[in-house]
Amino acid sequence: MAIKVILDKCKGCTKCVKSCPFTAITMENKKAVIGAACTGCGQCVDTCPFGAIEKADDGKEAADLSAYHGVWVFAEQRDGKLMQVARELLGEGRKLADAVGCELCAVLCGSEVDGIINDLFEFGADKVYYANAPELKQYTTDAYTKTIYEAITEYKPEIVLLGATHIGRDLGPCLAVRCNTGLTADCTKLEINPETKGIMQTRPAFGGNLMATIVCPNHRPQMSTVRPGVMEKAKREAGRRGEVIELHPTFAEGDIRTKVLEVVKSAKEMVSLTDAEVIVSGGMGLGKAEGFELLKKLADKFGGTIASSRAAVDAGWIDHAYQVGQTGTTVKPKIYFACGISGAIQHAAGMQNSGLIVAINTNENAPIFDIADIGIVGDLYKVIPAIIEEMDKVPQK
Amino acid sequence: MKILVCVKQVPDTNEVKIDPVKGTLIRDGVPSILNPDDANALEAALQLKDKDNSIVVDVITMGPPQATYMLRECLAMGADNAYLLSDRAFGGADTCATSTTIAAGIKKVGDVDVIFAGRQAIDGDTAQVGPQVAQRLNLPVVTYVQDIQMGDGKVTVQRQMEDGYELIEVQTPCLLTCVKELNEPRYMSIGAIVDAYKKEITVWNHEDVELDPADCGLNASPTQVFRSFTPPQKGKGEMLNGTIDEMAGALVGKLVEKHLI
Repeated sequence: MAIKVILDKCKGCTKCVKSCPFTAITMENKKAVIGAACTGCGQCVDTCPFGAIEKADDGKEAADLSAYHGVWVFAEQRDGKLMQVARELLGEGRKLADAVGCELCAVLCGSEVDGIINDLFEFGADKVYYANAPELKQYTTDAYTKTIYEAITEYKPEIVLLGATHIGRDLGPCLAVRCNTGLTADCTKLEINPETKGIMQTRPAFGGNLMATIVCPNHRPQMSTVRPGVMEKAKREAGRRGEVIELHPTFAEGDIRTKVLEVVKSAKEMVSLTDAEVIVSGGMGLGKAEGFELLKKLADKFGGTIASSRAAVDAGWIDHAYQVGQTGTTVKPKIYFACGISGAIQHAAGMQNSGLIVAINTNENAPIFDIADIGIVGDLYKVIPAIIEEMDKVPQK
Repeated sequence: MKILVCVKQVPDTNEVKIDPVKGTLIRDGVPSILNPDDANALEAALQLKDKDNSIVVDVITMGPPQATYMLRECLAMGADNAYLLSDRAFGGADTCATSTTIAAGIKKVGDVDVIFAGRQAIDGDTAQVGPQVAQRLNLPVVTYVQDIQMGDGKVTVQRQMEDGYELIEVQTPCLLTCVKELNEPRYMSIGAIVDAYKKEITVWNHEDVELDPADCGLNASPTQVFRSFTPPQKGKGEMLNGTIDEMAGALVGKLVEKHLI
């Protein structure tokens, strides 16, 4: 779908030049010219007051896609434990499979992780493709790519979803190139187009300033990685069972070109922001690392956890593992306290779906107040102790 | 030894603002910069060169002619040669098609021992092009690299995970994508800036890298942007008034009311 300028209609007003997020439009002889940087995002189409820019179909012949069936979910496991995001993918995958009218399948790779199979059925999988091999005990790009690529080639799914974890974001791109198909990263919303039955993948782009809906019309499978913590977890249906299809990958010398020598878990306590029901998050306004101790006190009142904006991480006050936002973790707790956080769009991208957002900031014009449900203008070092005091007055249930 | 660093010129997304009335992007005056993770990748290569002067560090990018400014910045940081893949035919590429073009460019550069790239670019945040280039070149890849120890015919790296890291040994040639925890990128020196403008930047089009226009750019992109829009703004919530104690009391009252505590 290339962007084209209808020269007769173009009046040379340059509105499109300013609207283009990618600086792809220039003016030549008072007519707009679409340059090589164009990504086909279509911003200019909407901007042009004269209808002089159109998004044209390149008239490619549709490939034969009818051989591809089913929604696949990569059931990522680590140390024999199913990752939370896999359950979220099964929840979302079920909706997509129902909208397409096809089955939902999970792909499980590992060594002797049979115990996970029934979980996958209970979370909604109709089939589980299971690759059980000692080479798959630990994730390696080469072994996992080979195994799943071969399975895709044989069983031809139409949609493949992976969690956008450090593993999914490594595996996904490699699989997509092998299959010569498209991959959309870090999706926050997936839908099925009722007419084409194709998947519509919405993701933040441009640092969260722009949302883009991506399609993959002529290639299969359609692949997406999905941000952990965004989709709703599948409900467990105890006793539900399905069909297990064993995959039998074989590995020759030189097939696996990386060797995991050691796995080092960080000594610091595991931060599980995606599971937290209450998050107390701090930003630049804390002014010092010690400020997080106060936030921790408030978080403890709710049995919640602390988090931070990127500014506080960059200032060295807290580890990156606590960062919420575009380049950190996406969260949707029941209550999100934003303390001393200005609310840059990159931060908002990671928390705006929280149940209730409480913002505390000295600057009444801070953008955080635009997305907060409850705003308090004031010094957090005074406001938070006051909240803690009020909390103590609430009768315990 | 030759290290090739893949870099990208990106708009500084931290500087992008939304027009509150029209809900459109304001990109006037948004500067173009060297993608931050790519700067870490380049720094990693330059640190190896600092220790061993026989190492050659080259940079390659795909982009419009303006990308030469960023390449000069790379040269001024200490890179030896710069390559720009620039052609109308490369335009509109998604990650899949971009990786084809960059892989073709890397083949043309030739004899590369290690390829470095940033983990992801701040304009797209996909983290896909690095591993995809490696697949196209049939090279082993390690993503999220936070520490690099060069060995003989192999490299030992730390691969960042959500809850720690993995120590991974990988044979060369290979491709590594770097995270910002790896290092602190250096500044350009005045002398190097002057020298950078004396150097030639090699520019290649699709013929130079032996690519059919049907295999690159928009034509070869499986994914297409169906539509794009600025994220809907949530309605403004309620601002509390009064003294700090009153506001704290009102807040807790609301939490109780909503059965949140």
